[in-house]
Amino acid sequence: MIKSLAPKRVTLDGNEAAADVAYRVCELFAIFPITPSSPMGEWVDEWAAKKQTNLWGHIPEVIEMQSEGGAAGALHGALQTGALASTFTASQGLLLMIPNMYKIAGELHPCVMHVTARALATHALSIFGDHGDVMACRQTGFAMLCSGSVQEVHDFAAVAHSATLATRVPFLHFFDGFRTSHEVQKIARLDDEDVLSLIDPAHIKAFRDKAMTPDRPIIRGTAQNPDVFFQAREACNPFYEVTAAKVQETFDALAARTGRAYKLFDYEGHPQADRVVVIMGSGAETVSGASAWLNSQGEKTGVVRVRLYRPFDAKALLAALPSTVKSIAVLDRTKEPGAPAEPLFLDVASALYESDRAGKVKMIGGVYGLGSKEFTPAMAKAVYDELKKSAPKTRFTVGINDDVTHRSLPYDERFDLETEDTRRAVFYGLGADGTVGANKNSIKIIGESTDLYAQGYFVYDSKKSGSMTVSHLRFGPQPIRSPYLIGQAGFVAVHHFPFMERVEVLAQARPGGTLLLNIAAPAEQVWDRLPREVQARIIDLKLKVYAIDAYSVARAAGMGGQINTVMQTCFFALSGVLPRDEAIEAIKKAIKKTYGRKGDAVVAKNHAAVDASLAALHEIKVPASVTATKGRPPVVSPAAPDFVKRVTAVMIAGDGDKLPVSAFAPDGTWPLSTTRWEKRNIAQEIPVWDPALCIQCNKCVMVCPHAAIRPAAYPDAAAADAPATFKRTKLRSAELPGHSFTIQIAPEDCTGCTLCQKVCPAKDKTEPKRKALMMARQEPLRMAENDNWEFFLKLPPPPAALLQDNVKGSQFRQPLFEFSGACTGCGETAYLKLLTQLFGDRLIAANATGCTSIYGGNLPTTPYCTDRNGRGPAWANSLFEDNAEFGLGLRGGADQLAVQAQRLLQELTPVLPAPLVEGFRTADQATDAGLAAARSVVAELKKLLAKRDDEPSRQLLQLADYLVKKSVWIIGGDGWAYDIGYGGLDHVLASGRNVNVLVLDTEVYSNTGGQCSKSTAMGAVAKFAAAGKGNNKKDLALIASTYSNVYVARVAIGAKDSQTVQAFLEAEAHPGPSLIIAYSHCIAHGFALANGLEHQKLAVDTGYWPLFRHDPARAERGQPAIVLDSPAPKQPLSAFTSNELRYQVLFKSSPERAAELAKKAQAGIDARVVAYKHLSEAAGSSTEAKPGTTTGKPA
Amino acid sequence: MDLTTTYAGLKLKNPLMPGASPLVDNTDAARRIEDAGAAAVVMHSLFAEQIEGNEIAFARHVERWQDNFAEATSFFPAQDDYSLPPNEYVECIGKLKAALHIPVIASLNGTQLGSWHTFAQQIEQAGADALELNTYFLATRREVTGTEIEQRIVEITRAVRSSVKIPVLVKLSPYYSALPNLAGALEQERADGIVLFNRFFQPEIDVDTLDVTPRLDLSTHEDLRLRLRALAVLRDQVKFSLACSGGVHTWADVVKAILAGADAVQVVATLLSRGPERIGDLLTGLRDWMEEHEYTSIAEMRGSLSQLKCPDPEAYERGNYLRTLQLWKE
Repeated sequence: MIKSLAPKRVTLDGNEAAADVAYRVCELFAIFPITPSSPMGEWVDEWAAKKQTNLWGHIPEVIEMQSEGGAAGALHGALQTGALASTFTASQGLLLMIPNMYKIAGELHPCVMHVTARALATHALSIFGDHGDVMACRQTGFAMLCSGSVQEVHDFAAVAHSATLATRVPFLHFFDGFRTSHEVQKIARLDDEDVLSLIDPAHIKAFRDKAMTPDRPIIRGTAQNPDVFFQAREACNPFYEVTAAKVQETFDALAARTGRAYKLFDYEGHPQADRVVVIMGSGAETVSGASAWLNSQGEKTGVVRVRLYRPFDAKALLAALPSTVKSIAVLDRTKEPGAPAEPLFLDVASALYESDRAGKVKMIGGVYGLGSKEFTPAMAKAVYDELKKSAPKTRFTVGINDDVTHRSLPYDERFDLETEDTRRAVFYGLGADGTVGANKNSIKIIGESTDLYAQGYFVYDSKKSGSMTVSHLRFGPQPIRSPYLIGQAGFVAVHHFPFMERVEVLAQARPGGTLLLNIAAPAEQVWDRLPREVQARIIDLKLKVYAIDAYSVARAAGMGGQINTVMQTCFFALSGVLPRDEAIEAIKKAIKKTYGRKGDAVVAKNHAAVDASLAALHEIKVPASVTATKGRPPVVSPAAPDFVKRVTAVMIAGDGDKLPVSAFAPDGTWPLSTTRWEKRNIAQEIPVWDPALCIQCNKCVMVCPHAAIRPAAYPDAAAADAPATFKRTKLRSAELPGHSFTIQIAPEDCTGCTLCQKVCPAKDKTEPKRKALMMARQEPLRMAENDNWEFFLKLPPPPAALLQDNVKGSQFRQPLFEFSGACTGCGETAYLKLLTQLFGDRLIAANATGCTSIYGGNLPTTPYCTDRNGRGPAWANSLFEDNAEFGLGLRGGADQLAVQAQRLLQELTPVLPAPLVEGFRTADQATDAGLAAARSVVAELKKLLAKRDDEPSRQLLQLADYLVKKSVWIIGGDGWAYDIGYGGLDHVLASGRNVNVLVLDTEVYSNTGGQCSKSTAMGAVAKFAAAGKGNNKKDLALIASTYSNVYVARVAIGAKDSQTVQAFLEAEAHPGPSLIIAYSHCIAHGFALANGLEHQKLAVDTGYWPLFRHDPARAERGQPAIVLDSPAPKQPLSAFTSNELRYQVLFKSSPERAAELAKKAQAGIDARVVAYKHLSEAAGSSTEAKPGTTTGKPA
Repeated sequence: MDLTTTYAGLKLKNPLMPGASPLVDNTDAARRIEDAGAAAVVMHSLFAEQIEGNEIAFARHVERWQDNFAEATSFFPAQDDYSLPPNEYVECIGKLKAALHIPVIASLNGTQLGSWHTFAQQIEQAGADALELNTYFLATRREVTGTEIEQRIVEITRAVRSSVKIPVLVKLSPYYSALPNLAGALEQERADGIVLFNRFFQPEIDVDTLDVTPRLDLSTHEDLRLRLRALAVLRDQVKFSLACSGGVHTWADVVKAILAGADAVQVVATLLSRGPERIGDLLTGLRDWMEEHEYTSIAEMRGSLSQLKCPDPEAYERGNYLRTLQLWKE
């Protein structure tokens, strides 16, 4: 019976909608972070930390595991004991769960895994949505239930948990990653009674009765032989045969309570449709919209939504299809290269083939929406149009332009289904300026204080600093079923003015709409600041323009750079979604609700900002014609390489969707050195160098996370035709008279983090607050400094004498990692930059998935680059979990080629000039000079070999470059090294091979939002450790140093840069495995990163991060292998932790636990000081095998 | 012998109490101080601006990187159950009240009118027996006049006085141009007394790094004289309570402060260096001295060497300084 009470309406996203149900019906969660499913784990962890209970008054346990494989194992174990358990995952994570999925299904354990369907890494990683991952599970024996909207996610989560108990078949409940998992919608919440009504206590009892317990012992997991395995495998059939019917029963029970009715295959459309599309997931909503429109035009179309994909109930599918259907298009959101068709197509085809409609219905199959490619009504219409053709493409793609295999369907981009009664608004915000948060808040306000339905979807940038966010908001009287970006908006807000110059922000503006600008200029100057193209479009579309200097309003209200409240107020004032006064009242109420518990001061300042906003909002008079003389600057410099202009620039401009298939290499290969062409201009202030004060220490260069400040030393004459503002001073070097020194800033690449200024030790004696680097506004300096930068890049390389093995010398070397998209002030990138400076020209890098792979390899532009000779890091990311093994493979492969090259050289020695062969023997490739010598010998050798016509020469010609040393570095974060990749890392360290491992330790999974890892320190609050980490951080460095042949160093560049450089050099020189663990401050620590270096120093001074090196070479000399590089702690641990939010949060949320953990943490440090001292005093031993010899293979 | 005294309307068993400091932050230490004989405790200061600053910084750091990147739309678990400094402080008052029998005096510090009265009300509701307002305005801009600074103290006192019923004491800085006038104004605003004086961080210059750092040293014996003069001068001109704070290290210092006119004497440095039990030593010394000098009560002692009552009133004025110099020359 439908309840008489109206359901509670809530505004939330797909992840929360799923977690909200799962939490209430489970007793245990085994989790691991992976985008886009992480928020589900975060929700349950937070609720458990707050001691929220499930339906039966129990607080579920949340266990974070070291990998998804681990989570699946823990899940399997929990199920064996009869605990109601679940997990959340996506993509590669789901793949890691597959072995256990077979086990769980094979043993008929009821459970639900909630999955945000996401692309699998193939030619590239994609964090975005498609069905590649879930389709790889269709053979595991899990039932598969698919939700297509936020409401469905909520409802189907309950259905899945109910049906699994009823059937004993485990369920994979999935929905589209990002499009549904991150879409905010107003939905009807199932209350506890609703959920409870779907769960039969008898089913729970039956589940518990089958549990493993010594009180009623059973055995599972036997090994079976050919005599019985097969029969036993078939024994599960009856369970699968009834599953679909049970799911339908559960759907019906839900409908009886809520009025929301679902079928296994839901048909929507014309009752006598001749053309039908079969589709699964959010795309069904889009197809349904297109179908309805076509039907309104007199056509007969329909759509079948697949709800329960496994077990596949062919009968139910056939029943759903109108008998009039003549042709069907099946749309798959996955790709199986080489398959006869994609999986959903094959399932539908086999259902039809075995029915009486076999041969009577024409079928075509298409692929859409891979990696969250937009799927719009226009594309859906193109599919129906294709079905109409007498000879449609039997296999097609839609949404792209395939000019290689010509499979794509054309579609009319202008086709739009937006209705007049739905208000649509698009907001362009600067990442982290509060725009997205304010919009989520607005949706809540509108959702909760009106009868309107609301939808929000947010598109983020690929960069972590200076990024752009685009918010798409819809409000209307009817439920909003448009899971695609807004094509036409009546309200466009640009919260960061520089976007006007870079992006086509008015692309979605509809005629007569409103444009709201945040601009730091008086109202009368606003019009003149707009580029020509924008002015023309405003006039053309007859837009009303409003402007506000939101940064000033926010600052005056004490809100710093947070303009969210200001812009939100303007939106409500202009959009008319709510009456103005009512809206203001609602905003203030929302502020009170959000910040009330965080303090009156915050509330007061936000309220002040609301009040000040309206007075500062001005309408801008739009003249009849364009007045600007300046247009938008070109996306990339005319000097850029062809590929950058043809492909990269299109992506930078936000038009990547328009690139055809032929634009890309088919194997995921991309050129280096592309960030230098993407001038992002994100710094408001940049450093200005004072040559008179500079002491030429190069420390600023060392710490710069973005390689945007560089030194040069060159003969005075080289500066003869320098631009007028180019600065230089005499080089401080007795050995190099007649040389100049310059520190140059790349003005458009600097992010304005101020670390260079912070580290600068050179002070003005008469005014010590003045340093050799002082921050100044970028805009007035931009043009001149650009010229200076261009000139700087053409200066001759530094004299070899300067390239010494120390901080200063290392920084004269060219960084081969520049202008990455890492966070402003990132604590990791300075280490990577140093790595490329020291060894970049011979570097092969294996990079674990995480921040390093994202700012290292996320398109459109990538930071690794080449030197003057065209050499540079060869970099690749394989996966998250396999990085050490991947790196070992790189080492092994390169070594094999080197060994063959050596053998061929040996073989050809009689016919080669003796001095040449001798040249290889004598070149010491550990030095710059030796490497240069070896390379010149190779060049010589290749010339000779090219002239020869024998097989060994041909082979050596191919392999000759491997005669020059290759340095393999394995790079990743703590999530990889301490957790998911630890087993592999351990194995690789134990292999004895000459690989170097660099762990950039931020003590959390930074890339996915700061989840706890085994590197997280005691007392720190992190995602998945909302109650504060209760255990000590793993001492990975100490563990690794138990292998006597492994070089280990723990470094902190901000505390002792000289030790960092020394460690890198020693690690490279060590002929066996090396491990460097580098302290990396991070935004997840909760402090202003401009103070990152001071925090690093404090970390060392308090003993939180003791510096040491474990050098097997020392042990061989009879010395203690471990050298402590930092003195005994000078300050208590609290001096460090009191400055970081990750520790202070716990003092706020649970002060007693915080105090207890702080005490234990201090005791741990005290004990470690003693232990380290002991180790550093113990004599070394060299009893184990020498480095590089354990395997007997070449090192 | 009657050691009792009335301080800001509170009947105290003796004049000695620990001054505002973290000494009584935990209840165990507070109990030891009570057991040693203290007549009341003054809690560490709740810094109004710091609270507001912390609230804002906290909210800002949590939000600073939100919604910046698709994979990480936030970096901290959402925790809406924060315990903010006022809450912690209020909880601390509750714990002290439950653990101690002696009065608990709370302390509030700030420089702007801001939300003082809100905090004061929270403190009163938590059960504090009195409130010490710790004011400190350093004029560092040439357009700010002395009158404005004094006016601000008077206004804050008025605002707090009108929002709570518990006794309100004002802790002042030394070196006001016209202390008796300011004290009179505060008495008129119905303050229950003043505490003489507070001590704050002073700048220190690091000659190696050319940095300037704030620094606070514990008071020394020398700090007492400034207080003795103020007490002696004020004692005859105001009726409300006077407390001596700063420079009291020995029983003799206690005796001096009371003779000059103090109703209560606060000690910090000596407790920090010698432990809570030091209060007992001071009380014993005071008692012995009174016995030896045949004083039967604190009331009898109080202000007996005030400016008007002492044999040489000029000794408390500028002449005192001249004479000292002369003596030193000789």
